[in-house]
Amino acid sequence: MACQGLQKGETLASLKTESDGLKKKLEVERGKLNDVELHQVAEKTEVLGALSIKTRRVLKGHGAKVLCMDWCKDKRRLVSSSQVRTSTDLWTREHGVSLPCTWVMACAYAPSGCAVACGGLDNKCSVIPLSLDKDENLAAKKKSVAMHTNYVSGCTFTNSDMQMLTSSGDGTCALWDVESGQLLQSFHGHTADVLSLDLAPSETGNTFVSGGCDRKANVWDMRSGQNIQSFESHESDINCVKYYPSGDAFASASDDATCRFYDLRADREVAVYQKDSIVFGASTVDFSLSGRLLFAGYNDYTINAWDVLKGNRVSILFGHENRVSRVKLSPDGTAICSASWDNTLRIWA
Amino acid sequence: MSSKMQSSGSIAQARRTVQQLRLEASIERIKVSKASSDLMRYCGEHAKNDPLLMGIPASENPFKDKKPCTVL
Repeated sequence: MACQGLQKGETLASLKTESDGLKKKLEVERGKLNDVELHQVAEKTEVLGALSIKTRRVLKGHGAKVLCMDWCKDKRRLVSSSQVRTSTDLWTREHGVSLPCTWVMACAYAPSGCAVACGGLDNKCSVIPLSLDKDENLAAKKKSVAMHTNYVSGCTFTNSDMQMLTSSGDGTCALWDVESGQLLQSFHGHTADVLSLDLAPSETGNTFVSGGCDRKANVWDMRSGQNIQSFESHESDINCVKYYPSGDAFASASDDATCRFYDLRADREVAVYQKDSIVFGASTVDFSLSGRLLFAGYNDYTINAWDVLKGNRVSILFGHENRVSRVKLSPDGTAICSASWDNTLRIWA
Repeated sequence: MSSKMQSSGSIAQARRTVQQLRLEASIERIKVSKASSDLMRYCGEHAKNDPLLMGIPASENPFKDKKPCTVL
């Protein structure tokens, strides 16, 4: 039986000592650059006034908790799940369709708007082409693309309909060719379920961020599979990660009832969004178009809007009657859609 | 599983951890003051185009219901 031998002088203990030393070094290096807090620099920015955001639509029609949703690039349609449905056309209110996919925890619209991806407890992520013909048998056209060894928690197309990125309860993320189903790259490093991923805005290159039950948020190089940066400051599972619109930072939502903001070039956490009165986990986050506002959905049924720079809460959006599972900004930034365990979606604007 | 297999698995894992940490420790970083002012500048530059921040009139927002008009 072949075993990797020890290098000269190397023992498990010496490797542990070296890794402890490196962790300390990382802390020291990051600490050296922590010359001021973000909210202090932001003191010279104007305080935000009250936001005039309210519910504009309530979408009923799911017979169960809505776990996930995504906007179509046309800004008018949504896909949502537990069972997968495409929405009404939100502007003209024409009806959408139900798609043949159960046990869905993640769903995404293809950039072309011509297909949706969905995945979940079946450990797979499938792609379903959409058709204008409402009678067409979409079940027959559903194609399995991703195969994990545990549930699929997140999925997104990359910049085309041809590649898809998934995150899984098996602790990995993976990049797939949609046409062939081939695994192009896998991403190992998390030590527990990965619950969320987000692709960097296209101008910033080929990276993505993931977060999971190991309380870590990892940034990855899509081509090499390399874990470039890692952040561990949450005190519980990270449920959602989302890039800031410039691509230089990202936010996270956690069961520890906080959302946090990490700057990639400073390589550290630069803000924590929390209040003593907020004791329920945060499940989801998304930024407004300028990145000034962070919308976060919580298990106490509310959505809080935070001033990203100053760190204070600007607004509370009430309306859902159960946990908020997903919030997402519309492609043109005019609205937020929220999905909830109360079986509805709401559009806020 | 023999203890030799077990410890070689742990050694491989420990080596990977050390390699990963070496990589992370060696990246270029900037000061938080610089990072913060860049984030603020981005927000400032894009604020006027942020509908949720600025609020846009109901007539321009497809999700806000327009009041019906009658032509007299």
